[in-house]
Amino acid sequence: MAASDFSKLIAAAADTIAAHAEELTALDQAIGDGDHGLNMKRGFEAVRAEADAFSAKPLPDALKAVGTKLVMTVGGASGPLFGTLFMALGKELPAVPDRAALAAALGKAIEAVAARGKSQPGQKTMLDVLQPVYEALAQGKTAREIADAADKAAEATVPMKALRGRASFLGERSIGHMDAGARSTALLVRAVAEAIEGNR
Amino acid sequence: MSNVGIVIVSHSPLVAEGTADMVRQMVGDEVPLAWCGGNGHGGLGTSVEAIMGAIDKAWSDAGVAILVDLGGAETNSEMAVEMIGEPRSHKIVVCNAPIVEGAVMAATESSGGASLKEVVATAHELSPS
Repeated sequence: MAASDFSKLIAAAADTIAAHAEELTALDQAIGDGDHGLNMKRGFEAVRAEADAFSAKPLPDALKAVGTKLVMTVGGASGPLFGTLFMALGKELPAVPDRAALAAALGKAIEAVAARGKSQPGQKTMLDVLQPVYEALAQGKTAREIADAADKAAEATVPMKALRGRASFLGERSIGHMDAGARSTALLVRAVAEAIEGNR
Repeated sequence: MSNVGIVIVSHSPLVAEGTADMVRQMVGDEVPLAWCGGNGHGGLGTSVEAIMGAIDKAWSDAGVAILVDLGGAETNSEMAVEMIGEPRSHKIVVCNAPIVEGAVMAATESSGGASLKEVVATAHELSPS
Protein backbone atom coordinates (compact mmCIF):
# COMPACT_ATOMS: atom_id res chain seq x y z
CA MET A 1 0.00 0.00 0.00
CA ALA A 2 1.35 3.41 -0.97
CA ALA A 3 1.77 6.00 1.78
CA SER A 4 -0.85 8.23 0.16
CA ASP A 5 -3.35 5.37 0.27
CA PHE A 6 -2.87 4.86 4.01
CA SER A 7 -3.28 8.61 4.49
CA LYS A 8 -6.59 8.38 2.65
CA LEU A 9 -7.76 5.57 4.92
CA ILE A 10 -6.90 7.62 8.00
CA ALA A 11 -8.75 10.63 6.60
CA ALA A 12 -11.78 8.52 5.71
CA ALA A 13 -11.89 6.98 9.19
CA ALA A 14 -11.44 10.31 10.98
CA ASP A 15 -14.03 11.98 8.73
CA THR A 16 -16.76 9.43 9.42
CA ILE A 17 -16.12 9.44 13.18
CA ALA A 18 -16.23 13.26 13.24
CA ALA A 19 -19.41 13.33 11.13
CA HIS A 20 -21.16 10.86 13.44
CA ALA A 21 -19.72 11.93 16.80
CA GLU A 22 -23.02 13.30 18.06
CA GLU A 23 -24.92 10.21 16.99
CA LEU A 24 -22.37 7.96 18.75
CA THR A 25 -22.61 10.04 21.90
CA ALA A 26 -26.42 9.84 21.80
CA LEU A 27 -26.26 6.05 21.46
CA ASP A 28 -23.84 5.87 24.36
CA GLN A 29 -25.97 8.18 26.49
CA ALA A 30 -28.86 5.75 26.15
CA ILE A 31 -27.07 2.77 27.70
CA GLY A 32 -23.46 3.76 28.48
CA ASP A 33 -21.71 6.75 30.00
CA GLY A 34 -22.24 9.09 27.06
CA ASP A 35 -18.67 9.85 26.07
CA HIS A 36 -18.13 7.50 23.12
CA GLY A 37 -18.55 10.04 20.31
CA LEU A 38 -16.29 12.63 21.88
CA ASN A 39 -13.68 10.05 22.88
CA MET A 40 -13.52 8.46 19.44
CA LYS A 41 -13.38 11.84 17.74
CA ARG A 42 -10.50 12.95 19.95
CA GLY A 43 -8.63 9.73 19.19
CA PHE A 44 -9.09 9.77 15.44
CA GLU A 45 -8.26 13.47 15.19
CA ALA A 46 -5.02 12.69 17.06
CA VAL A 47 -4.33 9.97 14.48
CA ARG A 48 -5.16 12.37 11.64
CA ALA A 49 -2.70 14.91 13.04
CA GLU A 50 0.11 12.37 12.55
CA ALA A 51 -1.20 10.84 9.32
CA ASP A 52 1.88 11.83 7.31
CA ALA A 53 4.33 10.32 9.78
CA PHE A 54 2.29 7.14 10.18
CA SER A 55 1.78 6.72 6.43
CA ALA A 56 5.52 6.87 5.82
CA LYS A 57 5.96 3.65 7.80
CA PRO A 58 5.52 0.11 6.43
CA LEU A 59 1.88 -1.00 6.80
CA PRO A 60 2.35 -3.18 9.93
CA ASP A 61 4.20 -0.38 11.75
CA ALA A 62 1.66 2.21 10.58
CA LEU A 63 -1.22 0.17 12.00
CA LYS A 64 0.62 -0.35 15.29
CA ALA A 65 1.24 3.40 15.52
CA VAL A 66 -2.46 4.09 14.92
CA GLY A 67 -3.40 1.58 17.63
CA THR A 68 -0.95 3.02 20.16
CA LYS A 69 -2.21 6.55 19.46
CA LEU A 70 -5.83 5.43 19.98
CA VAL A 71 -4.94 3.73 23.28
CA MET A 72 -3.33 6.92 24.53
CA THR A 73 -5.97 9.38 23.33
CA VAL A 74 -9.43 7.79 23.16
CA GLY A 75 -9.78 7.05 26.86
CA GLY A 76 -12.53 4.99 28.42
CA ALA A 77 -12.53 1.29 27.65
CA SER A 78 -12.84 2.07 23.92
CA GLY A 79 -9.20 3.22 23.74
CA PRO A 80 -7.69 -0.15 24.63
CA LEU A 81 -10.32 -2.04 22.61
CA PHE A 82 -9.99 -0.12 19.35
CA GLY A 83 -6.26 0.32 19.99
CA THR A 84 -5.85 -3.44 20.39
CA LEU A 85 -7.73 -4.00 17.12
CA PHE A 86 -5.27 -1.87 15.15
CA MET A 87 -2.18 -3.02 17.06
CA ALA A 88 -3.11 -6.67 16.48
CA LEU A 89 -3.75 -6.04 12.77
CA GLY A 90 -0.32 -4.44 12.57
CA LYS A 91 1.25 -7.39 14.32
CA GLU A 92 -0.42 -9.97 12.06
CA LEU A 93 -0.39 -8.36 8.62
CA PRO A 94 2.48 -8.66 6.15
CA ALA A 95 3.73 -5.44 4.54
CA VAL A 96 1.80 -6.16 1.33
CA PRO A 97 -1.26 -8.21 2.30
CA ASP A 98 -3.66 -9.97 -0.05
CA ARG A 99 -7.26 -10.69 0.90
CA ALA A 100 -6.43 -14.02 2.55
CA ALA A 101 -3.77 -12.38 4.72
CA LEU A 102 -6.17 -9.58 5.62
CA ALA A 103 -8.88 -12.05 6.65
CA ALA A 104 -6.43 -14.11 8.69
CA ALA A 105 -5.09 -11.00 10.42
CA LEU A 106 -8.59 -9.74 11.19
CA GLY A 107 -9.43 -13.13 12.68
CA LYS A 108 -6.43 -12.87 15.01
CA ALA A 109 -7.23 -9.23 15.81
CA ILE A 110 -10.78 -10.20 16.79
CA GLU A 111 -9.32 -12.75 19.19
CA ALA A 112 -7.10 -10.05 20.68
CA VAL A 113 -10.03 -7.64 21.13
CA ALA A 114 -12.11 -10.43 22.69
CA ALA A 115 -9.29 -11.19 25.14
CA ARG A 116 -8.82 -7.52 25.99
CA GLY A 117 -12.53 -7.04 26.71
CA LYS A 118 -13.01 -10.55 28.15
CA SER A 119 -15.94 -10.78 25.76
CA GLN A 120 -17.23 -12.74 22.80
CA PRO A 121 -19.73 -12.15 19.98
CA GLY A 122 -23.37 -12.07 21.12
CA GLN A 123 -22.77 -9.74 24.08
CA LYS A 124 -23.74 -6.46 22.35
CA THR A 125 -20.28 -5.12 21.60
CA MET A 126 -18.01 -4.18 18.69
CA LEU A 127 -17.26 -7.90 18.29
CA ASP A 128 -20.79 -8.39 16.96
CA VAL A 129 -19.79 -6.28 13.95
CA LEU A 130 -16.20 -7.49 13.60
CA GLN A 131 -17.15 -11.17 13.42
CA PRO A 132 -19.57 -10.87 10.43
CA VAL A 133 -17.08 -8.53 8.72
CA TYR A 134 -14.41 -11.18 9.11
CA GLU A 135 -16.76 -13.82 7.66
CA ALA A 136 -17.74 -11.62 4.71
CA LEU A 137 -14.09 -10.87 4.05
CA ALA A 138 -13.12 -14.53 4.21
CA GLN A 139 -16.01 -15.46 1.89
CA GLY A 140 -14.71 -13.11 -0.80
CA LYS A 141 -17.54 -10.55 -0.60
CA THR A 142 -17.10 -7.16 -2.26
CA ALA A 143 -16.18 -4.05 -0.29
CA ARG A 144 -19.78 -2.83 -0.57
CA GLU A 145 -21.18 -6.15 0.66
CA ILE A 146 -18.76 -6.11 3.59
CA ALA A 147 -19.82 -2.57 4.53
CA ASP A 148 -23.50 -3.57 4.28
CA ALA A 149 -22.85 -6.62 6.45
CA ALA A 150 -21.27 -4.34 9.05
CA ASP A 151 -24.28 -2.00 9.10
CA LYS A 152 -26.67 -4.91 9.37
CA ALA A 153 -24.63 -6.40 12.20
CA ALA A 154 -24.66 -3.09 14.11
CA GLU A 155 -28.46 -2.94 13.69
CA ALA A 156 -28.64 -6.49 15.01
CA THR A 157 -27.21 -5.34 18.37
CA VAL A 158 -30.44 -3.37 19.04
CA PRO A 159 -32.44 -6.32 20.45
CA MET A 160 -29.43 -7.79 22.26
CA LYS A 161 -28.97 -7.64 26.00
CA ALA A 162 -25.61 -6.13 27.00
CA LEU A 163 -23.37 -8.53 28.90
CA ARG A 164 -20.16 -6.47 28.92
CA GLY A 165 -19.23 -2.88 29.72
CA ARG A 166 -21.23 -0.16 31.39
CA ALA A 167 -24.39 -1.10 29.47
CA SER A 168 -24.43 -4.49 31.18
CA PHE A 169 -25.35 -2.75 34.45
CA LEU A 170 -28.70 -1.98 32.84
CA GLY A 171 -29.49 -5.63 32.12
CA GLU A 172 -32.84 -5.90 30.33
CA ARG A 173 -32.99 -2.12 29.89
CA SER A 174 -30.06 -2.28 27.47
CA ILE A 175 -32.41 -4.00 25.00
CA GLY A 176 -33.79 -1.71 22.29
CA HIS A 177 -30.68 0.45 21.80
CA MET A 178 -27.86 -0.01 19.32
CA ASP A 179 -24.44 -0.55 20.88
CA ALA A 180 -22.30 2.54 20.31
CA GLY A 181 -19.10 0.55 19.81
CA ALA A 182 -20.82 -1.67 17.24
CA ARG A 183 -22.01 1.45 15.39
CA SER A 184 -18.58 3.10 15.37
CA THR A 185 -17.02 -0.15 14.17
CA ALA A 186 -19.52 -0.35 11.29
CA LEU A 187 -18.79 3.29 10.40
CA LEU A 188 -15.06 2.56 10.27
CA VAL A 189 -15.57 -0.58 8.18
CA ARG A 190 -17.68 1.33 5.62
CA ALA A 191 -15.21 4.22 5.47
CA VAL A 192 -12.25 1.91 4.90
CA ALA A 193 -14.15 -0.31 2.44
CA GLU A 194 -15.27 2.68 0.36
CA ALA A 195 -11.81 4.26 0.44
CA ILE A 196 -10.22 1.02 -0.77
CA GLU A 197 -12.91 0.56 -3.44
CA GLY A 198 -12.40 4.14 -4.62
CA ASN A 199 -8.70 3.48 -5.14
CA ARG A 200 -9.25 0.70 -7.64
CA MET B 1 12.61 0.04 48.15
CA SER B 2 12.27 -3.73 47.96
CA ASN B 3 8.64 -4.04 49.09
CA VAL B 4 5.99 -4.70 46.45
CA GLY B 5 4.56 -1.47 45.04
CA ILE B 6 0.84 -0.69 45.11
CA VAL B 7 -0.97 1.24 42.36
CA ILE B 8 -4.55 2.45 42.81
CA VAL B 9 -6.60 3.09 39.64
CA SER B 10 -10.09 4.57 39.96
CA HIS B 11 -12.41 6.33 37.53
CA SER B 12 -12.48 9.13 40.11
CA PRO B 13 -9.31 10.95 41.22
CA LEU B 14 -11.03 11.58 44.56
CA VAL B 15 -11.60 7.87 45.16
CA ALA B 16 -8.04 7.03 44.09
CA GLU B 17 -6.45 9.71 46.26
CA GLY B 18 -8.71 8.89 49.21
CA THR B 19 -7.81 5.21 48.96
CA ALA B 20 -4.12 6.12 48.86
CA ASP B 21 -4.59 8.30 51.96
CA MET B 22 -6.07 5.35 53.81
CA VAL B 23 -3.17 3.11 52.80
CA ARG B 24 -0.61 5.70 53.98
CA GLN B 25 -2.36 6.22 57.29
CA MET B 26 -3.11 2.57 58.03
CA VAL B 27 0.04 0.98 56.60
CA GLY B 28 2.66 3.72 56.52
CA ASP B 29 5.49 4.70 54.20
CA GLU B 30 7.20 1.34 53.82
CA VAL B 31 5.33 0.57 50.61
CA PRO B 32 5.88 2.29 47.24
CA LEU B 33 2.47 3.74 46.43
CA ALA B 34 0.93 5.66 43.54
CA TRP B 35 -2.57 6.45 42.36
CA CYS B 36 -4.33 7.82 39.32
CA GLY B 37 -7.90 8.61 38.41
CA GLY B 38 -9.86 10.53 35.82
CA ASN B 39 -9.72 10.42 32.04
CA GLY B 40 -7.03 13.08 31.66
CA HIS B 41 -9.56 15.56 30.26
CA GLY B 42 -11.20 16.57 33.51
CA GLY B 43 -13.87 13.87 33.51
CA LEU B 44 -14.35 10.53 35.20
CA GLY B 45 -12.48 7.64 33.63
CA THR B 46 -9.05 6.09 33.42
CA SER B 47 -6.07 6.81 31.21
CA VAL B 48 -3.51 4.27 30.04
CA GLU B 49 -0.83 6.96 30.03
CA ALA B 50 -1.59 7.93 33.65
CA ILE B 51 -1.61 4.29 34.73
CA MET B 52 1.80 3.72 33.11
CA GLY B 53 3.06 6.78 34.99
CA ALA B 54 1.70 5.49 38.31
CA ILE B 55 3.34 2.09 37.73
CA ASP B 56 6.68 3.85 37.15
CA LYS B 57 6.23 5.89 40.30
CA ALA B 58 5.41 2.88 42.49
CA TRP B 59 7.94 0.63 40.76
CA SER B 60 9.75 -1.92 42.87
CA ASP B 61 12.01 -4.77 41.81
CA ALA B 62 9.69 -6.96 43.89
CA GLY B 63 6.86 -6.05 41.54
CA VAL B 64 3.69 -3.98 41.52
CA ALA B 65 0.09 -4.90 42.42
CA ILE B 66 -2.65 -2.78 40.82
CA LEU B 67 -6.05 -2.29 42.46
CA VAL B 68 -8.90 -1.10 40.21
CA ASP B 69 -12.55 -0.15 40.51
CA LEU B 70 -14.91 -0.69 37.53
CA GLY B 71 -14.39 -2.55 34.23
CA GLY B 72 -12.68 0.17 32.21
CA ALA B 73 -10.06 0.61 34.93
CA GLU B 74 -9.22 -3.07 34.62
CA THR B 75 -9.11 -2.99 30.79
CA ASN B 76 -6.93 0.11 30.79
CA SER B 77 -4.62 -1.29 33.48
CA GLU B 78 -4.11 -4.50 31.50
CA MET B 79 -3.38 -2.41 28.41
CA ALA B 80 -0.86 -0.34 30.38
CA VAL B 81 0.92 -3.48 31.59
CA GLU B 82 1.11 -4.77 28.03
CA MET B 83 2.50 -1.48 26.75
CA ILE B 84 5.15 -1.37 29.49
CA GLY B 85 6.20 -4.70 28.02
CA GLU B 86 8.68 -7.35 29.02
CA PRO B 87 10.49 -7.93 31.26
CA ARG B 88 8.75 -5.58 33.71
CA SER B 89 5.25 -6.75 32.70
CA HIS B 90 5.95 -10.12 34.34
CA LYS B 91 6.20 -8.37 37.70
CA ILE B 92 2.90 -6.45 37.47
CA VAL B 93 -0.47 -7.93 38.42
CA VAL B 94 -3.94 -6.39 38.12
CA CYS B 95 -5.78 -7.68 41.20
CA ASN B 96 -9.33 -8.94 41.31
CA ALA B 97 -10.37 -7.30 44.59
CA PRO B 98 -12.43 -4.40 45.92
CA ILE B 99 -10.32 -1.28 45.47
CA VAL B 100 -10.24 0.15 49.01
CA GLU B 101 -10.05 -3.08 51.00
CA GLY B 102 -7.75 -4.61 48.39
CA ALA B 103 -5.31 -1.70 48.49
CA VAL B 104 -5.12 -1.65 52.29
CA MET B 105 -4.75 -5.43 52.61
CA ALA B 106 -2.23 -5.70 49.74
CA ALA B 107 -0.16 -2.84 51.20
CA THR B 108 -0.26 -4.41 54.65
CA GLU B 109 1.04 -7.68 53.22
CA SER B 110 3.68 -5.83 51.20
CA SER B 111 4.91 -3.82 54.19
CA GLY B 112 5.91 -7.08 55.86
CA GLY B 113 8.18 -7.93 52.94
CA ALA B 114 5.86 -10.45 51.25
CA SER B 115 6.39 -11.49 47.63
CA LEU B 116 4.19 -10.19 44.77
CA LYS B 117 2.45 -13.58 44.68
CA GLU B 118 1.60 -13.36 48.40
CA VAL B 119 0.44 -9.74 48.10
CA VAL B 120 -1.85 -10.58 45.19
CA ALA B 121 -3.21 -13.69 46.96
CA THR B 122 -4.11 -11.58 49.99
CA ALA B 123 -6.03 -9.12 47.82
CA HIS B 124 -7.79 -11.92 45.95
CA GLU B 125 -9.01 -13.46 49.22
CA LEU B 126 -11.36 -10.48 49.48
CA SER B 127 -13.18 -11.41 46.26
CA PRO B 128 -15.94 -13.98 46.44
CA SER B 129 -15.62 -16.09 43.29
